[in-house]
Amino acid sequence: MVNKTRNTILFAVLALSLLLMFFASISLGSVTIPLKDVLASLTGGQATKSTWEYIIINYRLPKAITAVLVGTGLSMSGLLMQTLFRNPLAGPYVLGLSSGASLGVAFVILGAGFLPSFLSVIALSSYGIVLASTLGSTLVLFLVLVVSQRLRDTMAILIVGLMFGSFTTAIVSVLTYFSTAEQLQKFTFWSMGNLGNLSWTTIVILTFCVTIGLLLSAKSIKPLNALLLGENYAKSMGLNFKQARLIIIFATSILSGAITAFAGPIAFVGLAVPHIAKLTFQTSNHTILFWSTLFFGSIIMLFCDIVSQMPGFEVTLPINAVTSIIGAPVVVWLLVRKRNI
Amino acid sequence: MKTILSTSNLTIGYKSKKGVTTIAENLNLNLASGKLITLIGANGIGKSTLLRTITGIQKPLSGNVYLNERNISDYQPLELAQNLSLVLTEKLPPSNLSVFELVALGRQPYTNWVDKLSDEDIKKVHEAMSLTQIEHLASKKHFQISDGQLQKALIARALAQDTPLIILDEPTTHLDLLHKVSLFKLLKKLTQETQKCILFSTHDIDLAIQLSDEMIIMTPENIVQDQPCNLISNGSFSNLFKDEHIVFDAEKGKFIVS
Repeated sequence: MVNKTRNTILFAVLALSLLLMFFASISLGSVTIPLKDVLASLTGGQATKSTWEYIIINYRLPKAITAVLVGTGLSMSGLLMQTLFRNPLAGPYVLGLSSGASLGVAFVILGAGFLPSFLSVIALSSYGIVLASTLGSTLVLFLVLVVSQRLRDTMAILIVGLMFGSFTTAIVSVLTYFSTAEQLQKFTFWSMGNLGNLSWTTIVILTFCVTIGLLLSAKSIKPLNALLLGENYAKSMGLNFKQARLIIIFATSILSGAITAFAGPIAFVGLAVPHIAKLTFQTSNHTILFWSTLFFGSIIMLFCDIVSQMPGFEVTLPINAVTSIIGAPVVVWLLVRKRNI
Repeated sequence: MKTILSTSNLTIGYKSKKGVTTIAENLNLNLASGKLITLIGANGIGKSTLLRTITGIQKPLSGNVYLNERNISDYQPLELAQNLSLVLTEKLPPSNLSVFELVALGRQPYTNWVDKLSDEDIKKVHEAMSLTQIEHLASKKHFQISDGQLQKALIARALAQDTPLIILDEPTTHLDLLHKVSLFKLLKKLTQETQKCILFSTHDIDLAIQLSDEMIIMTPENIVQDQPCNLISNGSFSNLFKDEHIVFDAEKGKFIVS
């Protein structure tokens, strides 16, 4: 089969690009580090300067790993949602899942002052923020699901997501009114998105959450293929629809919830990457889409990360701004093109 | 002729907040292998409710539906999918599915958890496509082919599901006369060559009378199942539409507008 060889070549190219991007993301940054010192630090050797070694091991490597986790997780949750909602424009950001997660985090960061001190310590820990953010995104996903069953119109679902975004912004601004400058600063930094500030411990938690999400997504490959023909056909082919839907929802919520908790609300990756995967591989088969979304997600996120801290630039751009600048035109292009996607 | 699906004293209808609405009572239908059976009735008479009930999607108000002499409500979803396949009227959601992939989805009840097609699966998919004569379309996307070809592809998908019974909901609706006739003939050929039982609802009564082995006629008073010639001679068609301007001409075997 022609397709098979084409896919093998594509996957080989993707794997190679991923390696290159990963390495580039570690080598490039505001501090210029010679290539041999980068290699030395990574392989456990001695770099010429100990600060270089420190930057590589404790800053750039965790950041690159976070970028891969964020990219794969968000893209996968976008792929799941696009098939579940039969809507090419679905994605964690557009449907308001990131807003829901923001709301959860806003309540924790800005509202912690209202809690007794021992509770606020628990709430502000990484676990507390992950929990609040996952709960927030699950809540929104359920709301969207309820609405989508009442409204068959797919555009209406997107408007609901939009409304939920505005609603969150409103609640957050009410909360900021009652919070201290310090809390506000913490929340604002969080909401700009950041791949950098993660310690190795938080990376372990994030890896754990993303792995669960990806395993559940892998388990959903067959149901997702069945859902390509719609709910009724899927049921007639032996799919336990309610169970499959629950697994898909849980997978998307934990992926976008955990990622938003640690890296902030990151726009458009979840929406745009699955389309890039679909257009490149020209298929709807989720076995292939699963892997291609993983690759494209991590490559694109690493690329955005490199752009956000271009060598020679003094400042680091917020990652959310970079993904929006790259992602928003892709979405507009998809809408204008509006074929069967 | 082996009976595949039968109903005993089946009462169909639906429950709502206002109470129970009964559509038909004491149905004793019998669907046998190798038969092409059409279901006809005016709009809103409850054809969909009947189809939903005998496919196990909706619970009967009373009575039972038996598939292979076993109550349909005892089937697990996967088992049911290996015995009964459907072709629905609804539009397919947007996707990049090729015709081959579309037909191959019919193998879902048999594939493993990552949906990998075995050699056996691929063989069945090709058989289904050759029976419906759509092999030349295999690599086309499902949105690039005509309505008639898409309908054939959906039938091929049901064939690939490899079930003794296939139920289709108004498969001829959007087709012109030429394609309606070819679809009817295709279904007829499939029942003869594969010994499957095919039941479908349709509004093309003239064609149904000429080509089906048996017909099920739904009127507000009753539901009858018989061979078309018997139904003509006992005057079942004259009650089909409640309109004095539409008269059934028993000699020509068709409806006349007066």
